[in-house]
Amino acid sequence: MEILENIILKNGLIFAFLVVGIIMLFSFWFSKNITKNKIPGVAIAIIIGLSIAFFGDKKGMANIPLFTGMALLGGSMLRDFAVVATAMGAEIDKIKHAGLIGFVSLFLGIFISFFFGSILALVMGYNDVVSITTIGAGACTYIVGPVTGSAIGASSDVIAISVAAGVIKTIIVTLTTPLIAKKIGLDNSYSAMVFGGLLGTTSGVTAGLAATDPKLVPYGALTATFYTGLGCLLCPSIFYLTLRFFIT
Amino acid sequence: MKIYGVALLAGCFLIGKFLGNILGNLLNINGDIGGVGFAMLLLVISNAFLLKRGWIKKETKNGILFWSSMYIPIIIAMSATLNVRSALGGGWVALVAGGGATFICFLLVPLLSKVGRNNKSIKI
Repeated sequence: MEILENIILKNGLIFAFLVVGIIMLFSFWFSKNITKNKIPGVAIAIIIGLSIAFFGDKKGMANIPLFTGMALLGGSMLRDFAVVATAMGAEIDKIKHAGLIGFVSLFLGIFISFFFGSILALVMGYNDVVSITTIGAGACTYIVGPVTGSAIGASSDVIAISVAAGVIKTIIVTLTTPLIAKKIGLDNSYSAMVFGGLLGTTSGVTAGLAATDPKLVPYGALTATFYTGLGCLLCPSIFYLTLRFFIT
Repeated sequence: MKIYGVALLAGCFLIGKFLGNILGNLLNINGDIGGVGFAMLLLVISNAFLLKRGWIKKETKNGILFWSSMYIPIIIAMSATLNVRSALGGGWVALVAGGGATFICFLLVPLLSKVGRNNKSIKI
């Protein structure tokens, strides 16, 4: 037992790969077989992550010696690196297909989510600009939140709130899109693109559209792919500065 | 080779972070102002530029795609290492921020679809 413990302690990052792999395997199995794809596996996996973190302390499960490698894998260096890599899927030629309306819906989607989240955080009693910005960014997606938060120096608990806000958005989009698709006119490629740009959570948009009409998925994904990148650009810069200007 | 892709990614990442920090410095804010966004922009631009010249081989691209496919696992590891215990009090904020933002954006879908639509159906 001691030998095993030593191996894990010395190879924390590798052990973290194994742990996350198992969490994801279970989550995607659960998503497919128990929720019938109604809740995306990614959302389930993040909820499991957040719940495990509850058993730790300030650093979540990384406070347990065996799991210190999780902090390395989930640290801001590798996270930002991987997030930047996702830009590879966003080819400029493609956004040209989406045209002006694609851009408008993207910008409006990020703008509204951010300022709604920020104002709410302000109303609910947060009074430092960094926390307010981070929660607003979390209302965009669960990636924009933590990327913004660690860039401007938010505390770990506020980042956790921003991730939770993003996960809730993903789940609501997935669950309700097929139910309200008719009411919001989501039955053609054009509105699917607008939808992807406004909502932006790639996992939620793809899952929600797939349950509505699989033919719409590529159109929604076309704009949604750009959402996180644009969010990571706007939230910790122009939006943060705007809030700083008004709240000090 | 895959490492060329990873190196390109690393270059874009570092330059982006550098720009973000310089901007923060100029504005007298301690922090990185949009660094990740700049890095993504750089990657998209350099990718388009190199692709046109035929300098991006499939293997090079695979080096970047590997890291792009790792972002979900990394986000999960991150959520498992956050200070969730003291965040619990803010659970309502998360719920209402995420839910409210989604609801408003849903309402805007028919509005924007009507405004912009004039002629065409789009083909990808």
